[in-house]
Amino acid sequence: MKKVYEKPVIVKVETGFMNKFGESPLYQRKVRTDIDGVSIDELVKKYGSPLFVISEKKLREKYRNIYNAFASRYPNVQFGWSYKTNYLKAVCAVLHQEGAIAEVVSGFEYEKARKLGIEGKDIIFNGPHKRLEDLEIAVKEGAKIHIDHFDEIIDLEKVADKLGKTVKVAIRLNMDTGIRPQWSRFGFNLETGQALDAVKRIAQSGKLILNGLHAHIGTFILDPNAYAKEVEKMVKFAYEIEDNFGFKIEYIDIGGGLPSKNKLKGTYLPPDIAVPPVDEYAEKIIDALYSNLRPGDFPKLILETGRAIVDEAEYLITTVFASKRLPDGRKAYICDAGVNLLFTAFWYKFNVEIDREVYGVNEPSVLYGPLCMNIDIIDDGILLPPLERGTRLIFSPVGAYNNTQWMQFIEYRPNIVMIMEDGTVEVVREREDLTDIERRERLPEKLKIR
Amino acid sequence: MNRLHQLAVNDEGFIFDPLTGESFTVNRTGLFIINRLKEGKKEEEILQGLLDEFNVSKEVAERDLIDFLEKLKSYRII
Ligand SMILES: Cc1ncc(COP(=O)(O)O)c(C=O)c1O
Repeated sequence: MKKVYEKPVIVKVETGFMNKFGESPLYQRKVRTDIDGVSIDELVKKYGSPLFVISEKKLREKYRNIYNAFASRYPNVQFGWSYKTNYLKAVCAVLHQEGAIAEVVSGFEYEKARKLGIEGKDIIFNGPHKRLEDLEIAVKEGAKIHIDHFDEIIDLEKVADKLGKTVKVAIRLNMDTGIRPQWSRFGFNLETGQALDAVKRIAQSGKLILNGLHAHIGTFILDPNAYAKEVEKMVKFAYEIEDNFGFKIEYIDIGGGLPSKNKLKGTYLPPDIAVPPVDEYAEKIIDALYSNLRPGDFPKLILETGRAIVDEAEYLITTVFASKRLPDGRKAYICDAGVNLLFTAFWYKFNVEIDREVYGVNEPSVLYGPLCMNIDIIDDGILLPPLERGTRLIFSPVGAYNNTQWMQFIEYRPNIVMIMEDGTVEVVREREDLTDIERRERLPEKLKIR
Repeated sequence: MNRLHQLAVNDEGFIFDPLTGESFTVNRTGLFIINRLKEGKKEEEILQGLLDEFNVSKEVAERDLIDFLEKLKSYRII
């Protein structure tokens, strides 16, 4: 009888190659055969590859987990779903069902939230580019408008005049919380007195009523203390405003920025160790609130957490299309999904799971996408066993910023499905075809090919 | 320079190069190929050997063999 075949592998033994956990990296691998009980094979057979898969269950779990960390410590908490993180209707709808209002940063996103059925009063309108016509609609519909710059104050006063009403507004602040780089391009700076000037300007005209403060100090913030500083500065400023200008600051919106369990490139520790648990953030933030708020005062605390809620709820299934050997000896795999779909591959090192048991020793490998472009690399240093053509790899977490920042470039964008809580699978965005791409194009008559 | 002949190879697939101090591990299939190379066998003969010895299609074995030989070249073993 013939022997069982295994792909031939040779690996150079390096001293220190054994890791400190004692397991040989030569045989470590992660296998995933299903998502929420639906097999990878079945998903791909039915919906094709590549395929984005969202877990409704995980999405709700993440939301509740993070929301409860805050709501169990403070009586007045509201989450605003950051649309740009993932504005698929199905994702937004799940989070609105869970109780989040919408947080949008453009006329387009505002329109999207309204179309989904969210009322203006339940929309936070952030961002540096709100056109006059956007502002007019937002004012009419009672949205929470967070002013980014002096020109926007002027625009809003115009709108207030035109509509003959006083408008409730909030301002965005930026400040030093120890986080580098400091996001100082949005809103009014606290330390230089610019924020105070903005408040004076708002008070002078009498057309606007300041009732909220907003800030967003950055993204993937690994230090909970940064938020404590942010909260302290915001509450102190709120009282300075209340005491000197007679406005009542009804809410403090501390933005987003909580990290997900993803691995930033260049970091050594696995995310389970590097990323502090959400309770640690909640503890620091609520402590800072209580130690700075006056007795009996409980302004609404708003959070605009994006990636921490959605990132881990989504996976991308991709198929190994071909393999080759690079001149430096590494094995390279060409997958059917690349940076066209995974924009976040530029800063994340994803968790990579294989859809089946594979025998053989791991070797240093590279994962390329399908694009005929040098930059299309998903992972340029990963230990993988020899993979057959057609093997499926599952990348995660991919829920944040990919379905919004992906590009239609060279390839079509694939199906996105959601595995519902009851185990059924729904297509929430259909794969594209040529008509989607060419619908807006016009070919001048004389250029037509006959 | 072909350094195949100076390599010490044991049955477990441990390979040691006494001149450079480098060592490698190969799996069973890799060991099979290395031993045939040391015997001076040609590529076609090795391929046939794989087909006789293991349960594998010609298409897969051929691709894997090419790939393995390229890997050996990158280590300057052949
Ligand atoms: C104003 C604002 N709020 C919320 C978010 C969501 O951030 P994250 O996904 O880091 O939680 C962002 C993202 O940049 C933002 O600019």
